[in-house]
Amino acid sequence: MSAAESNARARAEALPTQEMTINMGPQHPSTHGVLRVILRTDGEVVSNARPDVGYLHRGLEKIGERVTYAQFMPFTDRLDYLAAMNCNCAWAWAVEKLANIEVPERAEYIRVIVCELNRISSHLIAFGSFTADMGAFTPFLYSIRERERVNDLFEDICGNRLTYNYARIGGVSGDLPPGFIEKTKEFLDYFEPKIDEYNELISYNKIFVNRLANVAVVSAADAVAYGLTGPSLRGSGVAFDLRRDEPYSVYPKLDFKVCVGTGERGTVGDCFDRYMVRINEMRESVKIVRQAIAQIPDGPVLAKVPRIFKPAAGEAYVRTECPRGETGIYVISDGTANPYRLKIRTGSFVSMNIFETVTKGLMIADIVAVIGSLDIILPEIDR
Amino acid sequence: MEPRDIFDALKARFGDAVVELQGEGFRPPFVVVSPESILEVARFLRDEPGLAFDSLMCLSGVDYKDRFAVAYHLHSLPAKHRIGIKVFLPKDAPSLPSVDAVWPAANFMEREAFDLFGIVFEGSKDLRRILLPEDWEGHPLRKDYKYPDFYHGIKI
Amino acid sequence: METLAISLVNAVPVLGGVPMWAMTTVVMVAVAAVVLVFALTFEGLGSYMLRKVAGDIQARIGPNRVGPYGILQFLADGVKLILKEDIIPAKADQFLFKLAPYFVFVGSFAAFVVVPFGVGLIASDLNIGVYYVMAITSLVVIGVMLAGWASNNKWALLGGMRAAAQIVSYEVPVGMALMPAVLIAGSLSLQDIVRSQGGLFGVFGWNLFHNPFTFFSFLLYFTAAQAETNQTPFDLPEAESELVSGYNVEYSGIRFAMFFMAEFGDMFVVAALATACFLGGWHVPYFNAQALPPLWGNILSLCVFLAKALGMVLLMMWVRWTLPRLRVDQLMRMAWKYLIPLTFVNLLGVSLWLLLFNGKGIPQMIAGMIGR
Repeated sequence: MSAAESNARARAEALPTQEMTINMGPQHPSTHGVLRVILRTDGEVVSNARPDVGYLHRGLEKIGERVTYAQFMPFTDRLDYLAAMNCNCAWAWAVEKLANIEVPERAEYIRVIVCELNRISSHLIAFGSFTADMGAFTPFLYSIRERERVNDLFEDICGNRLTYNYARIGGVSGDLPPGFIEKTKEFLDYFEPKIDEYNELISYNKIFVNRLANVAVVSAADAVAYGLTGPSLRGSGVAFDLRRDEPYSVYPKLDFKVCVGTGERGTVGDCFDRYMVRINEMRESVKIVRQAIAQIPDGPVLAKVPRIFKPAAGEAYVRTECPRGETGIYVISDGTANPYRLKIRTGSFVSMNIFETVTKGLMIADIVAVIGSLDIILPEIDR
Repeated sequence: MEPRDIFDALKARFGDAVVELQGEGFRPPFVVVSPESILEVARFLRDEPGLAFDSLMCLSGVDYKDRFAVAYHLHSLPAKHRIGIKVFLPKDAPSLPSVDAVWPAANFMEREAFDLFGIVFEGSKDLRRILLPEDWEGHPLRKDYKYPDFYHGIKI
Repeated sequence: METLAISLVNAVPVLGGVPMWAMTTVVMVAVAAVVLVFALTFEGLGSYMLRKVAGDIQARIGPNRVGPYGILQFLADGVKLILKEDIIPAKADQFLFKLAPYFVFVGSFAAFVVVPFGVGLIASDLNIGVYYVMAITSLVVIGVMLAGWASNNKWALLGGMRAAAQIVSYEVPVGMALMPAVLIAGSLSLQDIVRSQGGLFGVFGWNLFHNPFTFFSFLLYFTAAQAETNQTPFDLPEAESELVSGYNVEYSGIRFAMFFMAEFGDMFVVAALATACFLGGWHVPYFNAQALPPLWGNILSLCVFLAKALGMVLLMMWVRWTLPRLRVDQLMRMAWKYLIPLTFVNLLGVSLWLLLFNGKGIPQMIAGMIGR
């Protein structure tokens, strides 16, 4: 009998008690940002957990209507600041689709390299903060240490460690600096064995597995219906990855595996599966970067795009695989220099749909596990 | 299936409720349907074997100057095709049935459209403001939105 | 105390005129002051040690600014906490809020009284030593519950509830796991227990090696003790990442410092008990500490005891920074379904062993066979 079932039975047979309404407030060490969860609990067992988002709403979509397409690029950094390269490139690809701009191949390879490196560093934070929420404080610091090296690489490329503003409509802002390929290879050689180290240290630790196995199981059908995307969807056993199934950029030329949750320690679709998908994806990203470095051609890195860029009137919806799910950008142009409407559909926002359903009957400690396993980040949710 | 075929299938099933296919310059193309029929259309799109649109990618509100619209972007994992559905709404009292019974993923996105545009989704299991505070006045993403000067006595 | 008082009067004849009760009181206060100073120093240095060990395990440095190698960090922290504003929430139960830290501190500090530091170095060699420690450390439960309740904060309440459930549940395995040592020594007094581990080069007489059941009970004791002192993997009551520091979330300044120090004090007491009951206490390897002249005997045995106890504390910290946290139902299940039955079986095993082998342990039997 699972913990939730035995809890439910105990509650039914016990004395009637009053429910407590607790605020897991906007400031909390493990809500991954300013997320407020209103918990109604009977002791330790949660009967209802309602998320309340919007504390970080900055009106990015409204701002997008007032700035030009190129000027919106720095705003996409602040969308998911842990995967800023992915968000930059998502915006670039959306506008390029809208305006039918051809991007030079070298620029596409560079975009893939930085996107995958950023995926590694984003998953490192997901891994680190998740284990820290579970009480193992040490892996977080190890993951920060590896992430520092990725930040150094990015600092070489564009001068920034967090909000890169690197992609441009039509390419990237600057070519790779000399020595970058060698440094990246060095990093990849250093990092790949670390993943096994982390698995030994924490991933298969009995206490850690017991915290996550069979907690918040999301079936494949539910995952698709509730709009989960990215690693959370793949953790439920659905082998859908935009990089393989709706390929964009140069992904068709790269060979990688789609990591799927297999229920190796519990049920398919529990928190542990979602966690392991991210660990395995880091390995795949290393593979992708290695191939991209080997295949990258020479050439220009920015297509000729007019300074005052006015795409023809039309609408486009382009989605890309970001570390936290799929980021879909629906952009409507009316022929002027500013977008008429831009809507950003982020993985974290739609993942929150399932939060209230999947947390019924869990314990307060499991709420933290669910938030961490869905890997949400508030700027993405609130925009 | 091609967008034209999906449009034909919908037209065959729903007749006049399906208005037109916006193809040129729209990626993916949009099938425009009438507001009242959207719930039936959604069910049909999800349950019909050849269509099998089990995944709602995105639901957005749009403010075209003379009317509102709700744009649904759908994707089918088994059949690997996508389509857009658009519903046009009048400027005053825009409302249409909610599709969160068909795709639970719609809930948060409908709340966002309600919050930022004022589009009411009837039958939604939970329609409240989501990004803005509950007592905010106005719907910011409308083109005619006036920024308020004060909120709770604070100058903004 | 009285023997100490008498020897003091003998040494300093001018004090002959002072009445006995006054001398005894003065001696008691002096001894208490010494133990308090030791406890506080350990608690301060313990926090420094914790941070340095954490830094080492987490691939970073830890405190290194204040004083050489950052060793004065705890003084800086202590001064900071004393100087902080004393914030008491308006709706908190004022009296209970102020009372709670004292319960916790007293419960932790009072156990130092029976810790056998050296051959003759024990504040009070109670003949119910082990029993006394178990009883007095239970005061901590009251303090924690008061803190959780009086803070008028639901998170604190949850933390207090969890802490109470946890500490009370793990008292049983801790007590049961100490029983084998008591059985072997035939006495509850900690000095007797330590003395019973003498001989055999001061190493092989340890209760740890006595028989397989005592070895196992050492492991059980260590696990249950980790839970008693709220260390990860059992640190639910103060789970930083879930309960935002649990029952002491509303405390600031010196009141918070008392909770904090009590945690380290508890850690030391638990480690000292483990040392005394299983690791041979103050027995010095190779030498017979009781046969040495008193000054050298005391100094040497004190050093050995501290080394062993600090080693245990280090081990607890090491486990703390490596393992993740158990959920509260898993924690309770572990105590009631696993540790408690195991400790009972263990106790049975030790009793049978002592009955069958006439109180001799494996090293003693081997020594007997090779004729030592």
